[in-house]
Amino acid sequence: MENTIVQYGLCIAILVALAVPLGGYIGKVMNGEKVFLTRLLSPVERLIYRTLKINKEEQMGWKKYAVSIGAFSLFSFVFLFLILLLQGVLPLNPQGVKGMSPDLAFNTAVSYVTNTNWQAYKGEVSMSYFSQMAGLTVQNFVSAAVGISVLFALIRGFVKVKSEGLGNFWADLTRILLYILIPLSILVSVLLVSQGVVQNLNRNETVELIEPVVTEDGDEITEATVPMGPAASQIAIKQLGTNGGGVFGTNSAFPLENPTALSNLIELISILLIPVSLCFTFGRNIRDKRQGVALFSAMLILLLLALSATFAAEQSGTPQLKAQESVNIEQTDGQAGGNMEGKEARFGIADSAMWATFTTAAANGSVNSMHDSYTPLGGAVPLLLMQIGEVVFGGAGSGLYGMIGFAIMTVFIAGLMVGRTPEYLGKKIEAHEMKMACIICLMTSVAILAGSGIAALVPAVEKSVNNTGAHALTEILYAFSSAGGNNGSSFAGLAANTVFLNLSLGIVMALVRFIPMMAILSVAGNMAKKKKTAVTTGTLSTCGPLFVGLLIFVILLIGALSFLPALSLGPIAEYFQMIG
Amino acid sequence: MKSFGSYFKRALILTLALLVICGILYPLVLTGLGQLFFNKQANGNMIEVNGEAVGSELVGQAFEGDEYFHGRVSSVNYNTYTEEEKESGDYAGVSSGTFNYGATNEDLEARVKEDVAAFKERYKAVVGEEFTGEIPADMLTASGSGLDPHISPANAEVQTPIVAAASGLSEEEVAQIVENNTEHKVLGIFGEEKVNVLKCNIEIAEKIGAITTEE
Repeated sequence: MENTIVQYGLCIAILVALAVPLGGYIGKVMNGEKVFLTRLLSPVERLIYRTLKINKEEQMGWKKYAVSIGAFSLFSFVFLFLILLLQGVLPLNPQGVKGMSPDLAFNTAVSYVTNTNWQAYKGEVSMSYFSQMAGLTVQNFVSAAVGISVLFALIRGFVKVKSEGLGNFWADLTRILLYILIPLSILVSVLLVSQGVVQNLNRNETVELIEPVVTEDGDEITEATVPMGPAASQIAIKQLGTNGGGVFGTNSAFPLENPTALSNLIELISILLIPVSLCFTFGRNIRDKRQGVALFSAMLILLLLALSATFAAEQSGTPQLKAQESVNIEQTDGQAGGNMEGKEARFGIADSAMWATFTTAAANGSVNSMHDSYTPLGGAVPLLLMQIGEVVFGGAGSGLYGMIGFAIMTVFIAGLMVGRTPEYLGKKIEAHEMKMACIICLMTSVAILAGSGIAALVPAVEKSVNNTGAHALTEILYAFSSAGGNNGSSFAGLAANTVFLNLSLGIVMALVRFIPMMAILSVAGNMAKKKKTAVTTGTLSTCGPLFVGLLIFVILLIGALSFLPALSLGPIAEYFQMIG
Repeated sequence: MKSFGSYFKRALILTLALLVICGILYPLVLTGLGQLFFNKQANGNMIEVNGEAVGSELVGQAFEGDEYFHGRVSSVNYNTYTEEEKESGDYAGVSSGTFNYGATNEDLEARVKEDVAAFKERYKAVVGEEFTGEIPADMLTASGSGLDPHISPANAEVQTPIVAAASGLSEEEVAQIVENNTEHKVLGIFGEEKVNVLKCNIEIAEKIGAITTEE
């Protein structure tokens, strides 16, 4: 117990210690200021601008910025879709993997382009090395970069006064990739390889067992297979870019994706590193650091609450297991104890619960233990974190702009209470901003609830669930929450590769990614046109503890009101079943 | 709408350029770096006995003999297959996974009950006396990947009398082997105490002469 607290405290301390300087660095890069990599990378940057005939000084209005993102994402989707469909005849396919079915290729392509990385496929059986590299790895990079670029368009919208331009999408994208994502990924990949994450282009290895195993039918088994592939390079960016799609089916629970306590720590920090840094970048670039710290504090408080709840639920295990004769599930020096079903021995309860919380707080979705086998309440926390819209740090860029949507909502509600026109960061919040903020805050809830409601009525889905009763509903709800939060983690029990689920989840992922994104760009465009209002004694401060408290309250209010009925039928019902 | 055309052209060229940079150059450079500086790690930490790969240090394997330690419950049977399955194509290739039973699933309870009974029976048959200890949680629960290479020290301790009785080694010798292959928490804080099953079993196999290493 004490050890767990020390471990959690150290991990978060390291995270913040890295995020503060990185936040400053990202802020400089996005303003075009000089950084230590400028000398090395600016020739490459200029080459890209020249080839694409990009004028990096050109300022795009919000519509132009949005159309550029649309066109870019469309091509990303088309390329990935074709690669997956045709992987059987493309190079780098030592295992002879076949092309994907159109519905699975559609689902997978949408899922990667939207930074979700939902996996309806199993990586080691149905992905060629070419698809992993040229298809998935590329989208891991660019979908994260798109999310971050939108955040900067919004920041510029707040900073600018009576103007139109929000920056240049092509230049933003290029800078984020060259100066931030690629260097960080190289660093993290090398660290991961040193821990034993595979990185090669070899065929899977076949090994001779030292003791043959005899099956029930009397057949003798003498060989086992060890999978190979270019894993580390993709895992680094899957964590850093809040993507989360695994090279292998069981994601970061798979020993060759995450072999040691150190690789686990590196990956855990990578999951939250960029979303946390962006809070500090935000404060720096709007020239009021306290604003960034306020949003960071609200997120950190929610994260710590979730972390403690998940850990407590998993460590206490289930009465069913405890009641077994001569079974000991207490935590001792010799064992982690607790609910170890679906968890790895090297991670135990503490590292598994921390991962489950981080990955669903950030819209990452990689898993190092199987959430389907969590206790009802231990599994409900990750579920709720996705349902409140991935704003507890959330996806790279998208988490913070989602949170700013909630901040706008909060100043509006506070404004109503005291009867003043609400303002945020010196800009008046008016009807248009409120409409857009509503879309941003409610899109996730609508998509999740409508989606899982429809799916629960489709007879074919019944065959996909792995458990029965309340837990089966949770499996469906989890799948749509994961798609609706652009998270991508799964209650792996659900057999998700069916035509209905592939298509419906694909549509949900696209809607929740692009509609709020367009809404936030339009807020940004509108903000840039406004003048700055002077701070008076009547202005609600958006950086004090009062505001942080209100913000948390609004997030929980919207989350709880939207999802309480669904949660009562799923995990809460199951909890009472368990203790009853 | 001339400008619309130029958007699409730019988007197309940039997508292709990024495909080359992030999709081909980046993974190949890392493969090069990995192979150069961390050759063993980048290739799966394979363990060789007499020049023949017998497994990866990091990937669990199935063991059934009483003289060996048994790993965690695996729903994919540690990626093993019979010659027959391989030839007939029933073996779908490498896999990973778990049962994904919800915590209140009755099948989970039934599986745990069965495993408790089977363990006690095996204990009595091999050691010759009733099992009176406590079975740790990780022995009865399936790992997430189905390929967990580790068990908890408590799990190894409970299995030690069986391994000792069946292999003819003394309990102290077996305990020493476990000690040799126990990996501790990093800095005493991060991760869990754990025992590598395959490494223990290779050491046991060498001691009892099931495999002989040519010097």
